[in-house]
Amino acid sequence: MSVAKRPPLPVILLANDLLDGEVVFWTGQAWSDRPSEALIARDETTAIQLEAAAAQALAQNKVVDAYLVDVALDGKGHAVPHHYREKIKTEGPSVRRDLGKQAGQSNLANLGNLANLAPSGR
Amino acid sequence: MPLLDRNGAKDNAWIVSEDGTSDAEKIIVSFAHVKEALAGNGRGRRIGVIIANTVKLAELTPYLSEIDLIAIRFPAYGDGRGFSIAKQLRNAGYQGILRASGPLIADQFAYALACGFDEIDLPDAQAARQPFEQWIKAASSISQTYQRGFGTQNILDARRAARATGK
Amino acid sequence: MYRYDEFDARFVRERVAQFRDQVARRLNGSLSEDEFRPLRLKNGVYLQLHAYMLRIAIPYGTLSSRQLRQLALIGEKYDRGYGHFTTRTNMQFNWPRLRDVPDILDLLADVEMHCIQTSGNCIRNVTADHFAGIAADEIEDPRPTAELIRQWSSLHPEFDYLPRKFKIAVTGSAQDRAVTKAHDIGLRILRNAKGEIGYEVMVGGGLGRTPMIAKTIRHFLPKADLLTYLEAILRVYNLEGRRDNKYKARVKILVHEIGAETFASLVEEEFAKLDGPSIAADPEEVARIAAYFAPPPYEKLPARAPKFEAAKAKNRGFATWASVNLFPHKVPGYAAATISLKKIGEAPGDVTSEQMRVLADLAEKYSFDELRITHAQNVVLPYLKQDDLFDVWQALVAADLASANVGLITDMIACPGLDYCSLATARSIPIAQAVAERFADQQRQIDIGELNIKISGCINACGHHHVGHIGILGLEKSGKESYQITLGGDATLNAAIGERLGPGLDAEDVPDAIESIVAVYLKHRAPSEPFIETVRRIGLEPFKAIVQEKLHAPA
Repeated sequence: MSVAKRPPLPVILLANDLLDGEVVFWTGQAWSDRPSEALIARDETTAIQLEAAAAQALAQNKVVDAYLVDVALDGKGHAVPHHYREKIKTEGPSVRRDLGKQAGQSNLANLGNLANLAPSGR
Repeated sequence: MPLLDRNGAKDNAWIVSEDGTSDAEKIIVSFAHVKEALAGNGRGRRIGVIIANTVKLAELTPYLSEIDLIAIRFPAYGDGRGFSIAKQLRNAGYQGILRASGPLIADQFAYALACGFDEIDLPDAQAARQPFEQWIKAASSISQTYQRGFGTQNILDARRAARATGK
Repeated sequence: MYRYDEFDARFVRERVAQFRDQVARRLNGSLSEDEFRPLRLKNGVYLQLHAYMLRIAIPYGTLSSRQLRQLALIGEKYDRGYGHFTTRTNMQFNWPRLRDVPDILDLLADVEMHCIQTSGNCIRNVTADHFAGIAADEIEDPRPTAELIRQWSSLHPEFDYLPRKFKIAVTGSAQDRAVTKAHDIGLRILRNAKGEIGYEVMVGGGLGRTPMIAKTIRHFLPKADLLTYLEAILRVYNLEGRRDNKYKARVKILVHEIGAETFASLVEEEFAKLDGPSIAADPEEVARIAAYFAPPPYEKLPARAPKFEAAKAKNRGFATWASVNLFPHKVPGYAAATISLKKIGEAPGDVTSEQMRVLADLAEKYSFDELRITHAQNVVLPYLKQDDLFDVWQALVAADLASANVGLITDMIACPGLDYCSLATARSIPIAQAVAERFADQQRQIDIGELNIKISGCINACGHHHVGHIGILGLEKSGKESYQITLGGDATLNAAIGERLGPGLDAEDVPDAIESIVAVYLKHRAPSEPFIETVRRIGLEPFKAIVQEKLHAPA
C-alpha cells in the first residue's frame, strides 16, 4: 500500500492501527490516538517527513491505510480536517456523540479496554 | 522459481522454452508453439505448455492426449480463473501434470489441489515470504469441505457413509 | 431451524483456527496487507472509518434465542453495546479490534455461527423470504434450499476468487419478499405442469453502480439439478466475468454485455458436460436438511382469538401496532410479528445488547425459540399465538421496540453511511432520522400507507435505494454531501429501478422534498391506491415539477 498523492498544506498524517483499528496520528515521534497531538506539517520538508513516517510504519506492519489529510487550524492551533469525511474520522460518528474520540474513547489495547482519553486538547 | 507439491519442495525437471528450441528432454512451450512442438517431436521428448488463464478448454482439447504438463498462469492471486480451467481440464479427463504458475498465496493451496493442480510454481519473493511449511500447514487447515467432486474428502459423502454404516 | 452436526461444527472451528493463523501471519509479515485484506474480508472483517467492523452471517435471516443472546454478549464484551442488522440480514459490529476477532469467532462457533464469506469476491450469505414456512402463498419453504447452498458455497475451492461478490436469494412464494430479482442469482421455487417442484433461475440482477433486474435463464430447473446448475453458472462467470474493471466485474455486466440468451447457452453447454449425480447432494442429504425446517409443534387453535380481539378493543396503541406490524400466518390462531428497528430518531437496523436479550427472551417464551431478520433491517417473531400478542407487545413497549411503522414511510432502509463506512460518500443515518422526524405522526404515516424509502450513502447501494419507492443516494458534490432522489423503484415481483427526479439536494432540503413528493401522491391517488401505483399511473413529471419548484422558491 502506498501513500496517496499529497493534499495542499498544512497537512497531518493519520492511519488506522493494524491490530486495534483505532485512528492514529503521527506526532513526530510516535502514533497517538489523539488528533490534538498530530504533527502539523506547514512546509514541504515536514510533509516529506510525514510521508517517510507513513512508509516506515506501513512497512513495519504497525498501521494500515496511512495518508495525509489537509487541515485548517482551530483557535487552539489544533488541526481540523477540511473534508467532512476526515472530520468524522477524527471525531467519531456524527449520529453517536457518545462514541469514539469525541467521547474520549479509544480502542488501543495498550490503554486498557476502551480506555478513556484524557480530555486535554479538546 | 521454487516449485512445490502437496509434499513440499520439488525439483523442477522441466525447462521453459517458449519457442520450443531447447534440446532438453522435458520442455514447456508457449501455447502459440505447442502445435509445432508436438508435430516436430519425433524422438519422444516430453512436451508441456504454459497458458494464459484466458485460453479456452476447446482450444486445448486437440492436444490433451499428447501434452504431459499444462502450466496455467495466475497473473495475480486474486484472479481465480485458473481454478476453473484446471477443474475443466480434469473434468475433460486430462491426466497429465497441472501446474499453477504465479504469485498464489499459501491459503489457496488447498483450493488449487482440490481443483486438480499438482504443483505450484512460485515467484522467489513469494516463496521467501511464505515458506513451504506454511503451504503444507495451510493445505490441511480445513480437513473436509462440502463440495462433491473436488478431491476425495467431502462432508456430503462422509455423511452418506455415516448413514450407510447405520450411525 | 438447522443445527450443526459434527461435520459442520468441525468445519467452523477449523475456519476459526485458520483465521487466527492468518492474523498471526499478517503480523509477522508473511502476508502483506494486500494479501491479507481479501482474507479478512472473506471472514467479514472490514477496516471502516473509526475501527474494524465485523459482519456476522445470519444465514437466510434465521436466528435462535441462544444465538441472539451470544450476539448481545459479544456486543457488550467486544463492542459498544449495540449491533446493526444489514440488508443481507447479517449483523455488523462497528468497533471490534482485529486482535479480538479470532476470540469472537470462537464465541460464534459456540452457538453454530460464523462470519464466513460475509464479504469478499465470493458467494455471500444466502438470503430467503423472512416469512418462510409461515406464508400462506408458499409453494415450498425456501430455507432447506438456502441451507444446501450455504453449505455448498462455503469455502468452495473453485469459486472463492471470483471477479466480484456474488449474492444468491431464494423465495418459495408467489410474492417476492427476498428481492430475488436484484441478486446475481435469484431462485424462485415453483411447480411445473406435472406438479413437480423446481426452480426458476434468474441471473444478473444487482444494484450498485449499474442497477439491473435479473433475467430468467431457466424457467424450470428440477430440484435435483440445483448444485450442478449453480456450478455451471459460477464456472461460466468465473471464466468469463470481467476482471479489468472492478465496476464491470459483477455477473450482471457479463449477462448484459453478451445477452441473457448467450449467457444461458454457455451455462447449458457447461451443465451438459457435468456429471450431475457426482455433484448433487443425495436425496437423503436433502431430506436430512429439510427435516430441520419441519413446522414447530403448533397448537390447534380457533381462527378467532378472543383475548387478542379484546386487547385490541381496549388498547388503541396495541390495536395500531397489531394492524400495522402483523403478518397473517398460515396456521389458525397464530401470527408473525415484525419488530420494527426504526424507532423515530434512531439509526435504522441498530439494536442494543439489552434489546437483543429482550427479543431472545420473547422468542424463547412465545415463538418456539426462533427469530428472523428481514432485509428491511427488522426482526420477525414468526410463531406467535394471537392470544399472546398483547403480552409480547407490552414487553416490546418496555424495551422501546414497539414502533408501529412496518412498511410505512418511517420504516426506512439505510446503510451505515459515512458515520461508519470508509467507502461512503455521504451520511445516511442523519437523513433517515430527519425524514422520520418529519413524518413521526402515527396517523399521518398510516394515512400515507405503504411507502418504502431506501437510503444509500454511496453508489454501492447497500441501502437498496434503486428499488425504493423513494430512493435517496448520498454523494459528494464539490466538497459537500448531496442527495439524489429517485422515484418508482420496486423490490418485489414487479421489480423496477427508480428514476432520478433531478439534481442532487442538500441534506437540509431532503425532508421538504419527501414532503412534496408525498403531497403530490396524496393529491393524485385513487381511493386505496398505494404510492407506487400512483407513481406508475401518473409518471414522474408531476413529482419532478413540484420538487424543483419548492427548491427554487425564495426562502
